Amino acid sequence: MSDTTRAYRRRTTGGVLTTLTWLLAIGFFFPVLWMAMTAFKQENQAASDPPTWFFTPTLDQFRAVIEGGSATYVGNSVIATGVSTVLVLLLGIPAAYALSIRPVEKVSDVLFFFISTKMLPVVAVIVPIYVVAGQLKVLDNIWTLVVLYTAMNLPIAVWMMRSFFLEVPGEVLEAASVDGAGLMRTLRSVLIPMVAPGIAATALICVIFAWNEFFFALNLTASRAATVPVLIVSTMTSEGLFLARLCAAALLASLPVIIAGWVAQKQLVRGLSMGAIK
Amino acid sequence: MSTSTIDRLEGERRQARKDASDRAVSKAEGWRRRGPLLPALIFTVIVTQLPFLVTIWYSLRSQNLLRPGEDLFVGLSNYIDIAQDSTFRQTALNSVVITLGCVLVAMVLGIVLALLLDRPFLGRGVARTMLITPFLVMPVATSVLWSIALLNPTYGLFNWVLGVFGIEAVDWTSTYPVTAILMALVWQWTPFMMLLVLAGLQAQAKDVLEAAAVDGAGPWRVFRSITLPHLRRYIELGVLLGVIYVVNTFDQIYLMTAGGPGTASANLPFYIYQRAFLGFDIGQAAAMGVVVVIATIIVASAALRLIFRSFEVKE
Repeated sequence: MSDTTRAYRRRTTGGVLTTLTWLLAIGFFFPVLWMAMTAFKQENQAASDPPTWFFTPTLDQFRAVIEGGSATYVGNSVIATGVSTVLVLLLGIPAAYALSIRPVEKVSDVLFFFISTKMLPVVAVIVPIYVVAGQLKVLDNIWTLVVLYTAMNLPIAVWMMRSFFLEVPGEVLEAASVDGAGLMRTLRSVLIPMVAPGIAATALICVIFAWNEFFFALNLTASRAATVPVLIVSTMTSEGLFLARLCAAALLASLPVIIAGWVAQKQLVRGLSMGAIK
Repeated sequence: MSTSTIDRLEGERRQARKDASDRAVSKAEGWRRRGPLLPALIFTVIVTQLPFLVTIWYSLRSQNLLRPGEDLFVGLSNYIDIAQDSTFRQTALNSVVITLGCVLVAMVLGIVLALLLDRPFLGRGVARTMLITPFLVMPVATSVLWSIALLNPTYGLFNWVLGVFGIEAVDWTSTYPVTAILMALVWQWTPFMMLLVLAGLQAQAKDVLEAAAVDGAGPWRVFRSITLPHLRRYIELGVLLGVIYVVNTFDQIYLMTAGGPGTASANLPFYIYQRAFLGFDIGQAAAMGVVVVIATIIVASAALRLIFRSFEVKE
């Protein structure tokens, strides 16, 4: 085989692989695109057979979703997601410090405990949580979700931030302790600035999981504390035939996380592997 | 008593005092180290472990929220009922099928996509961004999208595509409910696996690959003997994390099939939910929860050894 044929063959294989990659990428992305397209249709175009491919886009559905009393749900989701993420960081950063930089005894036991709580199926605890929340009169209360989402994300955050802390060079910390800096000062002025990207990655993961959470929200809220996923489901059951409106709601609900994930792709990988993958 | 004995005793006493103060110092240091950990640890114990203890307590009682007066200690009878409950066995099997099916298919697809993305081509960043998007869509939205926009028997896009190839319309969610759920789940989890494997590929030492190619190893040989062993850690991690998340799948089942027809596509989380919140049978639901946790602990203790190796946690 001459060099030119070999080069030609390599180029052809490359072309085939690139085409295949694009076909798969478009295939995987298409459902999202279809959801977005449907959201810009009128209802009769959304549920047509054959599907409507060309249409004049309209914002009617988005208007209907936004004006249809979605503010409470969005507000609840923002509180549940925002406050739980802040709490996770407040509890998780010192804990990760105590498991990495100035470690307690039996670090691996503690780590094992944290991760084992993620393996505990949520269904196994929903019954007592429901009954106890009922007795404490905190059903349909957004703060109940805040507490549960904090517990849900804390183990992941501790694991992630521990792996970021382990990367901080020892000399930096020694210098801080020679200067007589206490824990709070070491954390605030030395460690946290150094692991800021790691904290951002952790926060991103917490936000994704809390924003998307549905099981607790479905079972523990009714009208006052319901979050965005609950809104979509109630739209689906009450107005099942309004596909375009449903797609508009689903698109708006997904958009914050989609954009955050697009922007922070690198942090996403690290976060999803709980810090194991650099 | 000679002076030397007195000196010796004095010396021992001093030593003992010093040891005690060392211990006191190290004890204080121990608590100083534990201090930052305690809030997170105590919070996690209270919110995740206490409810589980209550679950065990409920599982030994017969309690129905619709009949508040009846709350009896019934011993293990809830567990005996579960052992005889064929629906419980079926939903347990569904859980295994859905979890393993989703994780394995998503992993194979994820490896293929990661390999395709690990070579330079025009617009790679855009293709990668498009490929990760399914994982970022809210699961509730995913369920709506699949069950209504894609798989609806009359106007769903899927049947239209099949129709182009001359295949009859299929009512996916009622004829093949488990397959329909698996399609939505695989679509959502493939990007997750792809990202993990891609990170593994990019951490590979390029000079080893070049050396192998110079030695005359073909691409398949290089993949099998070098790349795949290198990826093993990443694949194990992806499978493990995938199982942890997918085994708890609820949203897609609740919204796409409601576990139906009958209980054909219900998994354990959905079945327990039904017993607790539609049947209000607290005792039964709690006992099922306990059984699920015991099964999880058995599987997880094997899996955790793997994850600890992956994270290189030092004992």
